[in-house]
Amino acid sequence: MERIFLDHASVTPVDARVLRFAEPYLAGGYGNPSSLHSVGLEARRAIEDARVNVAALINAEKEKTILFTSGATEANNLAIKGAALRNIGKGKKVVSSAIEHMSVLNPMKDLQKNEFEFTTVPVDSSGIVDLEKLEDSLTKETSVTSIMYANNEIGTIEPIREISEIVHEKGLYLHVDATAAAGRIPIDVQADGIDLLTLSSNDMYGPQGAGALYVKTGVRIQPVLPGGGQERGLRSGTENIFAIAGMGEAARIAREEMGAESARLSEMRDNLIEEILKIEETYLTGHRTKRLPHHASFRFSHIEGESILLLMDAQGIQVSTGSACSSKTLEPSHVLLAIGLKHEEAHGSMVLTLGRSNTVEQVSRVVDAVNEMVDKLRKISSLGKE
Amino acid sequence: MAQQIGYSKKVMEHFMNPKNVGTMDDADGHGKVGNPVCGDLMEIFIKVKDDKIEDIRFQTFGCGSAIATSSMVSEMAKGMRLDEAMRITRNDVANELDGLPPVKMHCSNLAADALHEAIKDYKRKKGEIVEEEEKPAGHTCEHNHNHCDTC
Ligand code: FES
Repeated sequence: MERIFLDHASVTPVDARVLRFAEPYLAGGYGNPSSLHSVGLEARRAIEDARVNVAALINAEKEKTILFTSGATEANNLAIKGAALRNIGKGKKVVSSAIEHMSVLNPMKDLQKNEFEFTTVPVDSSGIVDLEKLEDSLTKETSVTSIMYANNEIGTIEPIREISEIVHEKGLYLHVDATAAAGRIPIDVQADGIDLLTLSSNDMYGPQGAGALYVKTGVRIQPVLPGGGQERGLRSGTENIFAIAGMGEAARIAREEMGAESARLSEMRDNLIEEILKIEETYLTGHRTKRLPHHASFRFSHIEGESILLLMDAQGIQVSTGSACSSKTLEPSHVLLAIGLKHEEAHGSMVLTLGRSNTVEQVSRVVDAVNEMVDKLRKISSLGKE
Repeated sequence: MAQQIGYSKKVMEHFMNPKNVGTMDDADGHGKVGNPVCGDLMEIFIKVKDDKIEDIRFQTFGCGSAIATSSMVSEMAKGMRLDEAMRITRNDVANELDGLPPVKMHCSNLAADALHEAIKDYKRKKGEIVEEEEKPAGHTCEHNHNHCDTC
């Protein structure tokens, strides 16, 4: 049975070209980039090349605005805590949307424990941030506002340019977590008016173990990981050259192929959405059009997500769900609750995220599998029987 | 994936091919436990003859282990005397399935309770007095939600 991997929001497999490119840096011989001898210089060059490619992906004004970290979680922490603590003179208020990733929400909550005022802004039923509420929640004391570029669970793309205008009227910095969006849709930090932006290597077919934070020229942050002073003193620690070099190559490929790839995937996505919504009592989660090109997400009444995931897996198709029963904490997804779903509705969610390995021919098999799965689980279910 | 969740082969067998799925129009006893808010709602229907469970059906909204435990308990109880079936515990069901992941032990292991409720319903219908001491015992909920009345 051919395996159909549809969980690219959780992890993207490392692209073979990226692996080939970065492999020499794993094998060693490429010294510590802080050393002055030739081996060290070669490592430094690999990192600087990666910086150029990552900067180009988001149209950053200069390469040196890119800081490499261990991943998106660290980049989010550095952006939020680093900016809030560095600019404490401005005020002790921070703001985010209600649907941010835990690596944004939890550093915000940490700040809250340290007497910062943390406000979350609600989203509408399609996951778009409520701009009026955002405006209301901002004051002159708001140093960091963090809104994601696009949401990984429901695929919705936020109106970042408008958000940037609102934030900059009163607040200081806008941080944008672009983990789900980078490499999939064009991002232009200059045109979008973004001060800080998070990128993840392994969400764009790069190796795990690298992420990046864009810090706009002139934006002041402080390190959360002080040490030997690498990355302009803002992120100490010996660089993970393999992962960083890989991330650079992944960014280069993503930028080059984005146009064609997103056209290809969005056509498949639309087919999936159209076909799957034909199933009774099935609903799209997230926005219909302001949506990541590779992302299709649903909820089905009367059935539960872990069962969905297991039955799809039994048919060789890997999907994900926001159901409480499948999460480590047994909590339903805060994103699904934030778009107004009831607990019992959030249980029946299924997320399909397409990627490079998927082909048009797979769509009909996926649709058949979903139909079969829903039918089977609804027959077993105690709900929805008049 | 199944391995990641930590389900035994037996749980997966019962989940993939659950036994005794369905409802019964003329059930002698009917039990319903759980709460869809929490992700589990189980219903068991029994047909009783000569104090034995002659036939049994279930309907379950829930995760993999909720479906597997429902199927398992239905197999265990079929043909059993009512007093024996009353003594089937959640642990018995989990053991028959070669264990459940710890996090699922309470949450999605309500099938024995549903069976007991069905038997009590049968007895009540017959006019017997049913001692309520062992009502759907302490469903300890791991979720942090506050509006689940069974949790
Ligand atoms: S019903 Fe199982 S945890 Fe609440």
